[in-house]
Amino acid sequence: MPNFIDRRLNPKDKSLGNRQRFLKRAREELKRAIKEQVKSGKIADVDADHNVSMPARGVNEPTFQPAGDTGERKYVLPGNREFAAGDRLPKRASGGGATGAGAGTGRSEDEFQFVLSREEVLDLFFEDLELPDMVKLNLKESVAFKRRRAGFAATGSPTNINVGRTMRNSFGRRIALHRPGRKEMEAIAEEIARLEAEPRAGAKHQQDLEELRQKLEKLERRRRRIPYVDPVDIRFNRFEPQPLPNASAVMFCLMDVSASMGEREKDLAKRFFVLLHLFLKRRYDRIDIVFIRHTDEAGEVDENTFFYSKQSGGTIVSTALEEMLRVIRERYPAREWNIYAAQASDGENISGDSERCASLLHDDLMRLCQYYAYVEIIDERETEIFGTTDNGTSLWRAYRTVDGEWPNFQMTRIAKPADIYPVFRKLFGKQPAVQAR
Amino acid sequence: MPKKGAASNLLFQGSDWNFETLSRTYDAIETVALDDLGLDVYPNQLEIISSEQMLDAYSSVGMPLMYQHWSFGKRFVFEDHLYRRGRRGLAYELVINSNPCITYLMEENTMAMQALVTAHAAFGHNHFFKNNYLFRQWTDASAILSYMEFAKKYITKCEERYGTTAVEAILDSAHALMDQGVFRYRRPPRLSSEKERERMRERLEYEEQTYSDLWRTLPTTGESSDPDAVERDVSERKKALNLPDENLLYFLEKTSLILEPWQREILRIVRVIAQYFYPQRQTKVMNEGCATFVHYTIMNTLFDQGRITEGAMLEILQSHTNVVFQPSFDDPRFPGINPYALGFAMMQDIERICVDPTSEDRDWFPDVAGSGNWRETLLDAWANHRDESFILQYLSPALIRKFRLFLLSDEADEKYCEVASIHNERGYEAIRAALARSYDIGANQPDIQVMDVDLLGDRHLRLQHNVKNGVLLEESSRDATLRHVRHLWGYEVSLAGVEAETGETLYECSTADIEED
Repeated sequence: MPNFIDRRLNPKDKSLGNRQRFLKRAREELKRAIKEQVKSGKIADVDADHNVSMPARGVNEPTFQPAGDTGERKYVLPGNREFAAGDRLPKRASGGGATGAGAGTGRSEDEFQFVLSREEVLDLFFEDLELPDMVKLNLKESVAFKRRRAGFAATGSPTNINVGRTMRNSFGRRIALHRPGRKEMEAIAEEIARLEAEPRAGAKHQQDLEELRQKLEKLERRRRRIPYVDPVDIRFNRFEPQPLPNASAVMFCLMDVSASMGEREKDLAKRFFVLLHLFLKRRYDRIDIVFIRHTDEAGEVDENTFFYSKQSGGTIVSTALEEMLRVIRERYPAREWNIYAAQASDGENISGDSERCASLLHDDLMRLCQYYAYVEIIDERETEIFGTTDNGTSLWRAYRTVDGEWPNFQMTRIAKPADIYPVFRKLFGKQPAVQAR
Repeated sequence: MPKKGAASNLLFQGSDWNFETLSRTYDAIETVALDDLGLDVYPNQLEIISSEQMLDAYSSVGMPLMYQHWSFGKRFVFEDHLYRRGRRGLAYELVINSNPCITYLMEENTMAMQALVTAHAAFGHNHFFKNNYLFRQWTDASAILSYMEFAKKYITKCEERYGTTAVEAILDSAHALMDQGVFRYRRPPRLSSEKERERMRERLEYEEQTYSDLWRTLPTTGESSDPDAVERDVSERKKALNLPDENLLYFLEKTSLILEPWQREILRIVRVIAQYFYPQRQTKVMNEGCATFVHYTIMNTLFDQGRITEGAMLEILQSHTNVVFQPSFDDPRFPGINPYALGFAMMQDIERICVDPTSEDRDWFPDVAGSGNWRETLLDAWANHRDESFILQYLSPALIRKFRLFLLSDEADEKYCEVASIHNERGYEAIRAALARSYDIGANQPDIQVMDVDLLGDRHLRLQHNVKNGVLLEESSRDATLRHVRHLWGYEVSLAGVEAETGETLYECSTADIEED
């Protein structure tokens, strides 16, 4: 009789620690892979498991290996059909079989693919965005919960004791077990006192007194045995986590696609949009994304066209705002949708149009939008010059007036990925109202 | 419809298994294995695991306990990806050379597969582990599990104390030298330290007794100018360090001047594990062949006794056939010679030679041909051979013809490969010798030895690669590995490639040059 052991219930994932060590080791490679994928993939896909492939070079394990192309070797191979001793085979033709026999398994590991979980992807994605840890944690949390009362429980923490319910139970139990009441006891005590106060009488009187005392003592014992509040009476308020009622949101991505927006500018803009999408996704069940690009005319396009196709022409920013207004009127009534907008541009605009943009925002858009973010992507060298001043492009100056009036308007200049996060800080710092709704 | 009497004789029906059928089947298999085949096994411990656990076990080189290291994680994501993509199935079982012998059975297996796997692993491999001379000589089955437990705990403790990075760096370097961390030949037993001290004392006494003040008055000649003296110095030094040494890890562990005690212990752990797996690498064909032959014989016996249904037997045979499938060299699926196929075919061939030999077999195997005693012949072969010697001894011309083996010789600077021998009268011996040689790990792995180091001088560690047949080392991985040696040694390390036959130096490289790059 052998020893059978059922190990199926043992903890799995014994290799989890090893996997984490491996990811740490391969971090740079992975970061590059994820960046590539974010660049080429869709905005909404960032928030999911990723299939990455990476070359094994960063993580190979060297050993002394015989070099395949030196020296003299002999291979024994099966399946000879037409060869006779002394036949010569050109190396290319039979080389595959020959090296296969010699090299064994090592080759297949040169490049390999594996799946990164959503958490791991976000970790890598956030790394150079400099998000505070708390924010990262919030983003990774899939659903926000609110605690809601749900009946009573026999266990819980003392702070959650429901006094009313507890006392009701206690009262019922006291009645059922005939716990002597205070009044009853007091009455007997009074009687005893009265009898004691009377001048000494006959044996009957003594006997009555004795009986009463015994009765009182019995009642007192009973009272001690049956506590006023017993642990079995105690009830606690029970809470249940309930997912927050999530509404729908629409996110408008506006971008200038004229020739002045290069690869770097578009990449930064995309990161900004991705991050906004992640923030929104945490809060809303359903998010629509509308992409509007503009040169001197604007149009709604799909994501691929938005990021990758080129269009030539001048730059009239107000066309994009008008297009957005049109889409909102047609499809996204502000009563039903939370509207978020993010505009990315290099700040160029045709002269005279910037004021029109500002007035469009003033008069219409800002009333409809939950939040409007404007990011101006500038050269890293320009950060020194423009850093904090109000000077800048005409668009920047025009938007500055909007910024002063509307609390839900944010504008900033970014030159590198690390600049993106601060834009969000204010937004999510001041909107607890939305969360609690 | 099976009759009632027949049904009661069956070990199991249908594909579902439970612990009752498992143990009933185990008992039946045990009876055949011990009484009929005469196997001798460690007590068995069969563990049922899920596929995730199997993947875990894969990545920690098949040990139930293993310390943590990123390379295991790499293996894990690699296997995991292939498995999830459906590119590769998982093994049906995994067996560990320990006492009691632990066999993992996958929960997804059907009952027929469980029976097959029990016979294969719990008896085939188990018998081989217990009886083969290499395993008996080099591994200690009853101690390995507790040793692994110690190793895991020790390395975790080191990580806590010295930091993961420091431990990882040592492990990386040690892993790079794992192949150079085994003893290939038995050494004379070491003198215990007490005996050594005793001997030292005697020598001192002798020197004191024979001391003569007169010698001191002799004029000294220039020391370094005397080549003999230098040579004597060197040879003395080598003798003291027991050089040349093939076991690089052992040498570093004992001699390196920069390692802390805990680092030495880690090197030792890696070395012990490498040594533990060394016999397995030398006996792939025999080990798998033995297990396959055993399961095939046992399953057929049980079927003949009417204890397995035809359906189950078909399933078993189908899986057996997959395992021993050998594609031809020009097949896209050709991965090299399948050790299961070769081992199984050779063992079946031995049975045939013993029972029903041809005249050719009588010429080639006069000792065993027609003896009829195949059980004993096989038991003897399993106990006393490794792949190389087994093939050299037992590969028959009939089998060479059956596999249609041919020998291809490939010289690096020629444009052609030449077919040196095919399966004919003139070729048998050459093919057999070449195939045997291809399973000789000692001949195929680079032979690297520690040649010399002057501990009192510049501490330059000299390694020598004995080049055979002109096969050099791959340069990038060679340099990376040398850097690892340097990391453990702490001073300059150089490697010289010396042609084994002529003694001519083919190349020389040193960490000093590598780091300049």
